[in-house]
Amino acid sequence: MSSDFADLVDLSEGIVQRAAFTDPAVFAAEQERIFARAWMFLGHESQIPEPEDFFTSRMGTESVILARDRDGQIHALLNSCTHRGMKVCRHDHGKAKVFTCPYHGWSFSNDGRLAGVPGALVGVPHFDKAYRGELKREDWGLSRAPRIENYKGSIWASWDPDAPDFLDYLGDMRLYLDYALDARDGTPGASRVVAGVQKWRVNCNWKFAPENFIGDMYHDISHRSVDMVGIGPNGGQGRRANFRPRIAIGFPGRGHGLLGELPTTEPEEWNNAWALHPEVDEWYRAAHEKRLADLAGRPRVAMSVGTIFPNMSFHGRQPRTILVAHPISPTTTEIWRWCLEDVAAPQNVRDAAREYFLRYSGPGGMTESDDMENWAYATAASQGPIARRRPYNYHMGMGHARPAPGLSDAVECGEITEENARIFHGRWADFMRGQPWPIRLSHAAE
Amino acid sequence: MPPSEAALAALLLRAEIEEWLLAEADLLDARRYRDWLALLHPEVRVAMPIARNLAPALLAREERTRAGQDVMWVDEGFRTLEQRVRQLETGIHWAEEPASRVTRLISGVRILEAAPDRVLAGCRFILHRNRLEDETDLLIGRRRDTLLRAGEGWLLHRREVLLDQSVLHAKNLTTFL
Repeated sequence: MSSDFADLVDLSEGIVQRAAFTDPAVFAAEQERIFARAWMFLGHESQIPEPEDFFTSRMGTESVILARDRDGQIHALLNSCTHRGMKVCRHDHGKAKVFTCPYHGWSFSNDGRLAGVPGALVGVPHFDKAYRGELKREDWGLSRAPRIENYKGSIWASWDPDAPDFLDYLGDMRLYLDYALDARDGTPGASRVVAGVQKWRVNCNWKFAPENFIGDMYHDISHRSVDMVGIGPNGGQGRRANFRPRIAIGFPGRGHGLLGELPTTEPEEWNNAWALHPEVDEWYRAAHEKRLADLAGRPRVAMSVGTIFPNMSFHGRQPRTILVAHPISPTTTEIWRWCLEDVAAPQNVRDAAREYFLRYSGPGGMTESDDMENWAYATAASQGPIARRRPYNYHMGMGHARPAPGLSDAVECGEITEENARIFHGRWADFMRGQPWPIRLSHAAE
Repeated sequence: MPPSEAALAALLLRAEIEEWLLAEADLLDARRYRDWLALLHPEVRVAMPIARNLAPALLAREERTRAGQDVMWVDEGFRTLEQRVRQLETGIHWAEEPASRVTRLISGVRILEAAPDRVLAGCRFILHRNRLEDETDLLIGRRRDTLLRAGEGWLLHRREVLLDQSVLHAKNLTTFL
């Protein structure tokens, strides 16, 4: 293993060494090289709609407060007192002008206008008497992510001041993120998250989750039981009996990927995805038809699942969700799950969508509960010295990726392929080498 | 002084409901899921909210997410519960194949409301799940169950499960709480 660990990934052979998924030294390096640099999803603005609202999120292994200041600006503040490191906020969400550390009482403002800079140290007990007024308070504000982006309500941040702009980071993956964040009728960003975030611990390496959602149609046997039961709202067997054909579309060099459709202008009949709920189905049909009419023949996309490197994954159609796989240790991951709904949806549509989400996704989801079993025991059985002699195999479809028509810097490789997993691990190697920027799109040919 | 008729009736009702809850737990622990479904009212709802860490000012109102509105761990009716049983019966629901060993400890049963055909019972539970070699989940909390009289017996109509965790320390929830 070289010191940068990038050679754990060998794309020319289509293999990834198991140490990438199990080794504590690799995990420690990932924290500096990936999670201290990449753009990461922190939450949705609908969780903090009012000034002084906050939501406590994570970036990598660290707690980060997503705080809206008095002027409505959103900031990402590291949740660790600059004095002794205590969490200045131990609430999952709430309202605060100031975060006061419960250890020695240092207090930090979230208001850039009042304090000069968001996260500024504004209160120090015994400042005059014990510090004799000599503490340079302006040097001891909370660490604040220098890069933050509100993209259609989804909030992203990076600790790297040199990170490319978020839209460059996304590339044309943006079209597919739009599909998830826009309302069903295409109204830009007209979605919000349903109150409540599922958070749960899985004894697996964090990379199993993004790799699962980046475009792995191969793991069908994982979900055969739920397909036999037929939990979809169309009343048929399977979860996607009435979807149009999907392919794996990946973004080499950027590390993103998805299962979905290439941009198309073909007309599309509504597919009665909600046939079990006729009134709900009618609402979706009307939204679908309005979307097509408003596009007036311009290309559109559709997608089911995708991953934005490193650890944000999402479902673009119901159950419409956002997932973040937070690293805890090489073999422990804390998964967070948000559910998205249209702001304008009536109650019956929201009820049906939320119930489908709950029986599909998360630890209680009939589909995803089986994923957790596979990720956990794949992690467990990959740790031994003999197991680690054999790399994971990513051979499927090697050398068969083609440029994806209608998209920039994208490839497609049919329906069942490991192309997107190779793209993910290629991007992982770029970060581990310490060279994530500029984004090297020449990977497409490798 | 002998106990009053009312006190005796209350004692008998509590014993009857406690027996029902323990028998239900026995069916589930024995994986007799079809027999368990027969204890459910056709309009049953099972709700397990998510607990959150909040400041005192918000705690009373927002400590737990709300059934029928918010994201929950579980919020479902008979159709989904029956689908879960069918999924277990496929034999390829990997989260429960090989089968987990589950024991439910139910205690502290109290009758909180009683009408001739309806009772609201509170209890405390420990659900111990062990699977494969070394995987153990310990889920502890309180439950509020509404039972409706059906002939000689009772059917479960509402169940609210309050778990003492905000981050779930179990990789999945494939047992009935």
